Amino acid sequence: MTTVRHALYAGARDALPLMIGTLPFGVIYGTTAVAAGLSPLAALAMSVIVFAGSAQFIAVSLISGGAALPVIWLTTFVVNLRHALYSATVHPAAHGWGLRWRALVAFWLTDEVFAVIEKRLMERGNDALLPYALGAGGGFYLNWLTWTAIGAWLGQQFPDLAGWGLDFAMIATFAAMIAPQLRAPTPVVVALAAGTTAWLARGLPFKLGLILAAFAGVAAGVWMDHRRKAREAAA
Amino acid sequence: MTIAALLAGMFLATYLTRASFLVFGHRLRFPPALKAALHHVPVAVLTAIIVPEALAPGGQLDVSLGNPWLVGTVVAAVVARLSGHLLLSLAVSFAAFGLMRWW
Repeated sequence: MTTVRHALYAGARDALPLMIGTLPFGVIYGTTAVAAGLSPLAALAMSVIVFAGSAQFIAVSLISGGAALPVIWLTTFVVNLRHALYSATVHPAAHGWGLRWRALVAFWLTDEVFAVIEKRLMERGNDALLPYALGAGGGFYLNWLTWTAIGAWLGQQFPDLAGWGLDFAMIATFAAMIAPQLRAPTPVVVALAAGTTAWLARGLPFKLGLILAAFAGVAAGVWMDHRRKAREAAA
Repeated sequence: MTIAALLAGMFLATYLTRASFLVFGHRLRFPPALKAALHHVPVAVLTAIIVPEALAPGGQLDVSLGNPWLVGTVVAAVVARLSGHLLLSLAVSFAAFGLMRWW
């Protein structure tokens, strides 16, 4: 039993640096969600039910832009598709867990939780991986809910925050997240294709331009990958 | 728009991706081409959100040093690219944005 408790604790402890790192984003999410017109309860409910930081951010910016529900759903799906990769990575180690535990760990499988679990998987293999994953996932979940609640409370206390340019906080965060990747030619071409399409299609209703731009960017990236492979094969 | 529908759809869209292999694993295979394409999603989606908001914050094109959204976004990107430090670049860009709007 001690090993189980140790592993639970170790998971939560190893997730701690990432929990601290998400503090500002949880608070900014909660505040902007309320500024975008969601009730504090709805903002918190999104963290409780969806639990996907970047998708929640994007949904809030889509809501304030007047997007249609199917556009928000589809964008959420496209943005989160990478989590299927995480699911596939953890799956071989999860055979003996039982369906309920697998379903629970899947619910908590964000970028950060996956990063913590994967590191443990590399270092210690399958040894007490389930309690470790529960510690990391559960800790990270409670952490995200706490910062969201504080942010939503702030948004409610200071309704003027909406006019302070909180929409800016969102796009600055996105810009800072992608800029370090713009060293290689492929991501630059992806950004150019997506950005240009988004600009040209910005007049489309329901924010459909966003979906179009996302597909244009991904298509450009696939094309660049293809070109590089063809060049490597020729060399 | 009802919050319940919004959250239910977002839950499904998120949970299905995470549960895919862990819950339905034995019957699934991840196509390598899709895996390669996914790699480009974050840059594509985030750029698509940033560009219209930074170039035309009020809906009107404004490519000038007087547009705090554009200047602040460029500052965030440049500092992040040079330092690789997310929170530092946010602090600097929020400061730049704040100065431009309320100085």
